[in-house]
Amino acid sequence: MTGLGALIKRNTKLYFKDKGMFFTSLITPLILLVLYGTFLSNVYEDTFRGALEAAGAEASDKLIGGCVGGELVSSLLAVSCITVAFCSNLLMVQDKISGARRDLTITPVKHSTLALSYYMSTLLSTLLICLIATGVCLGYLAYEGWYLTGEDVGCIIIDVFLLVLFGTALSSCVNFFLSTSGQASAVGTIVSAGYGFICGAYMPISQFSEGLQKVISFLPGTYGTSLLRNHALRGVFEEMSQTGFPDETVEAIRDSVDCNLYFLDEKVSLDNMYVIVTAAIAVFIIIYIVMNVTILKKHDGMS
Amino acid sequence: MISGEDLDESPDNIKRILGVVFQNSVLDKDLSVRDNLESRAALYGIHGKAFKARLEELSELLEFKELLKRTVGKLSGGQRRRIDIARALLHKPDILIFDEPTTGLDPQTRKNIWRVISDLRRNENMTVFLTTHYMEEATDADYVVILDSGRISAEGTPLNLKNTYTGDFVTLYNTEEDKIKQLGATYEKIKDAYRISVPGTYAATEMILKHPEIFSDYEITKGKMDDVFLAATGKKLTGGMEK
Repeated sequence: MTGLGALIKRNTKLYFKDKGMFFTSLITPLILLVLYGTFLSNVYEDTFRGALEAAGAEASDKLIGGCVGGELVSSLLAVSCITVAFCSNLLMVQDKISGARRDLTITPVKHSTLALSYYMSTLLSTLLICLIATGVCLGYLAYEGWYLTGEDVGCIIIDVFLLVLFGTALSSCVNFFLSTSGQASAVGTIVSAGYGFICGAYMPISQFSEGLQKVISFLPGTYGTSLLRNHALRGVFEEMSQTGFPDETVEAIRDSVDCNLYFLDEKVSLDNMYVIVTAAIAVFIIIYIVMNVTILKKHDGMS
Repeated sequence: MISGEDLDESPDNIKRILGVVFQNSVLDKDLSVRDNLESRAALYGIHGKAFKARLEELSELLEFKELLKRTVGKLSGGQRRRIDIARALLHKPDILIFDEPTTGLDPQTRKNIWRVISDLRRNENMTVFLTTHYMEEATDADYVVILDSGRISAEGTPLNLKNTYTGDFVTLYNTEEDKIKQLGATYEKIKDAYRISVPGTYAATEMILKHPEIFSDYEITKGKMDDVFLAATGKKLTGGMEK
């Protein structure tokens, strides 16, 4: 077992044995599921029915269920991929507090290896939880209104994977600066509460003011949410077109649920959304490793 | 320079020859003893059969074979300390740094740990750097450096330090105070004996030869390292807090 492999194994084992950290990271998707299922689903459904009435269109309960379910599922997964990563990525803070970090730097292991081990173990644990959440969400969609193809499911899984990579990289950069459990709790709380609004998961960005929309269009997480939204609702929109919905109506609904995103008034294609998210992942990982190699190396005292 | 390696140019080489046992255990409490040692060994490139062999060796030396599957959080302080030491020895370091290794441990455990350290020094030719507030632990050292407020107050072999900073003590048993007073030396009563301070062994010998009738049941001891510390720094050791 290499040094990196040993550290990843150690970090992952510690995560699953730390019941506090493990259940805290599960709580976010569970609470969201309950929230969406009991309250927000009604809000989305009412909004959707209202929009259909205004357009003079009619849709079956299954279609409405598929649309609302798709919106819920994509929102839940978009938020969970980030918030679970933040809750799972606290070992690096705990190691600083306990002195284990300093103990690890006494060994010949490189700072970049140490940094990568925290990233990889968080990635594994977050991916596991989010893939389980994905399974639960797909089950929910099967109950509410299934319009997904195998390709849609595959794309959703890829989107979840990318968002988990993104969430882990982002949380690594943020948690790098934390040095007490109080700080870690505060950050986790703020992210859990606030990220859903920023990425358009609780409320579509199309309903924000123009200024706020412009600001949010600069955030990579926004495009991650939109990717999930597009893939979860692709089949629904196809069904709408096939049942005779006018193209303008379908496009208007796509705009309202953030399937269409605009950056400086230019519509962003799905391919470009992938590029944005992937580039953001790469940038954050590089920043994280550079910080570990330069800042922490100096702080740890040996050059 | 440490063991021929330059600290600025080759820190990784120095890390390979150093082992450190911190004052506070940094073992992962939620993992088993074996998991802790296995992950540590891998950081030095020790895995597979090499790790198993080294683990076998250390578990016999430090007597923790039966603890391998136990979670570290469920071990006693003494058991955890043994695992801390094993962890520092996995890669066979040339230099072992011990930061107050026996603080808080019971006398039996302290004795066991010191037995292991003495064996290591003898059999593996290891240099051990020890920091301690228990001055008697320094008695067996080859060289002692006494620090006070970050500065060196005294240094040397324990014998030289005792000869420089303390005298000898003669303890007399089964005698009466009147006879002690005849000696004309400073003394103190301790339980069922009297202890006399003398400048050195030569003075004790002179006193004994002069008053053989008084010295029927006695022992001569050198000053303790606590006394050396007090004399060198002018302070008193009180459980690690200096006055």
